[in-house]
Amino acid sequence: MKLTIKPLHQSSGTPVQGLKPTVFWRIGEDIPPSFSSLLIVLSVVVPFLAWWVLSTSGLVHPKFLPSPPQVINALVRLWQSGVLLQDITASCFRVGTGFFLAAVVAAPLGIAMGTFASIRSLTEPIFGIVRYMPAPAFVPLLIIYLGLEEPPKIALIFIGTVFFNILMIMDAVKFVPKELIEATYTLGGRRWQVLLQVITPYVIPNIIDAFRINMAASWNLVVVAELVAATEGLGKRIELAQRFFRTDEIFACLIILGLIGFAIDLSFRVLLQVSCRWAVD
Amino acid sequence: MHLEAIHVYKQFQTRQGSLMALKDINMHIETGEFVGAVGTSGSGKSTLLRLIAGLETPTTGKIKVDGAEVIGPGADRGVVFQNYTLYPWMTAMDNVGFGLKLQGIKPKERRVRVKEYLEVVGLSQFTNAYPKELSGGMKQRVAIARALACHPKVLLMDEPFGALDIQTKASMQEFILELWQRLGITIFMITHDVEEAVFLSQRVYVMTPRPGQIQRELSINLPLNRDHSIKRHSTFQDYKDIIVDLLSGRNVATSNSD
Repeated sequence: MKLTIKPLHQSSGTPVQGLKPTVFWRIGEDIPPSFSSLLIVLSVVVPFLAWWVLSTSGLVHPKFLPSPPQVINALVRLWQSGVLLQDITASCFRVGTGFFLAAVVAAPLGIAMGTFASIRSLTEPIFGIVRYMPAPAFVPLLIIYLGLEEPPKIALIFIGTVFFNILMIMDAVKFVPKELIEATYTLGGRRWQVLLQVITPYVIPNIIDAFRINMAASWNLVVVAELVAATEGLGKRIELAQRFFRTDEIFACLIILGLIGFAIDLSFRVLLQVSCRWAVD
Repeated sequence: MHLEAIHVYKQFQTRQGSLMALKDINMHIETGEFVGAVGTSGSGKSTLLRLIAGLETPTTGKIKVDGAEVIGPGADRGVVFQNYTLYPWMTAMDNVGFGLKLQGIKPKERRVRVKEYLEVVGLSQFTNAYPKELSGGMKQRVAIARALACHPKVLLMDEPFGALDIQTKASMQEFILELWQRLGITIFMITHDVEEAVFLSQRVYVMTPRPGQIQRELSINLPLNRDHSIKRHSTFQDYKDIIVDLLSGRNVATSNSD
């Protein structure tokens, strides 16, 4: 018997039906780094230019929309008078303390809830309800209980972030492979060893990520707290600026808030890269 | 070492009702043996291994190791899972030493044993490599070294080479066979691969599905020093045929299955 081998590819005039190549609309694939850098630059430059053009076009009164140079002037003025540094320090201290306390509570509790179904049943329903109570709604109570100084502000940030941290960490524990836990048992591991030496290190990258995401909420809340009662802080500065119709100062403070947030976000990413090399890329 | 399962039944409660995963399992493993259990999916072979490992408890019946009933998992029954269950944040060295660490063995002694077992599995050069830097076969070697470092009475392997490509699988089969002979360890391996079961085992339990039962116990009388060339041998083929027929439910002249 003779074997005839047909050519696999027969060239014909009609083009093959199929997915057309694309760069911009790729799904789940990387785009060329140079193209990516270009888009990143555009994402900042385009809104900035739009702002600049709009503010100098005369369409909007500069009292409502100050131009970039005006805002930079305001920024320099606030810095030179020393209030800006004072405000930044005050806000950072509140966010730092409140979020730190929330993190210290959330990490062990979240891990425990994710690990033990019993603790989950005991705590998840009540946390699920409290989580939906908007943190700013606690402000009056906090003022009644804790006064007008730092404690109510720190408490607000704590309340506003602790539940989200807990629930995100709890969810991360659910993704610890069951086989990894079982393998530990078959190596002679006890339950507390599984908890501390397997589950905890496994979820540390997720904990860092949860903190990074929830950090944004604590900046929301510090501004809320300072709008209500404070002598300094970026939120307070914005409120004062509004009272005196200083939109340039409002813009300056908003930009500072954005930059601080971005810097914190970036530091969490770096922390993740450095401390959990095994989990990245 | 004498491991035995005595009239073991295992029932699972599912949404559709109760499911009999294992029915009246009686089997044993002796010191130095390489025992295989082969069956199609749903034959409860993994459940059997999990029961022996102590990761599940029998509904009725007992599993005993040296006369003592198994009540939970322990380092005397090492397990190698199909999906490489290495700790991703630990190096190969730390993975292998982790069982020893859990048991409170001092770092100095741990280091000696880790070195020894990395050498045993031929990974001395990968001491500081992380799991993600290792190939599938290497990961499984680390998992084997990790289990062996605890000096288990029996090594339980659940489809350990199931996720590997054919070439790697073949070399891992020879590797585990060589390891078994060299160290004089006891191995119980679950597989759905009939050829693998015949190639590796001295004794094979052939299981039938739903409910999982042991249909036949088969001694594989092939020379201990085997390599892949034995697969072309007619005796090897015969064993394979018998098992394949048993698994497919065909009654053949050579078998007297029920």
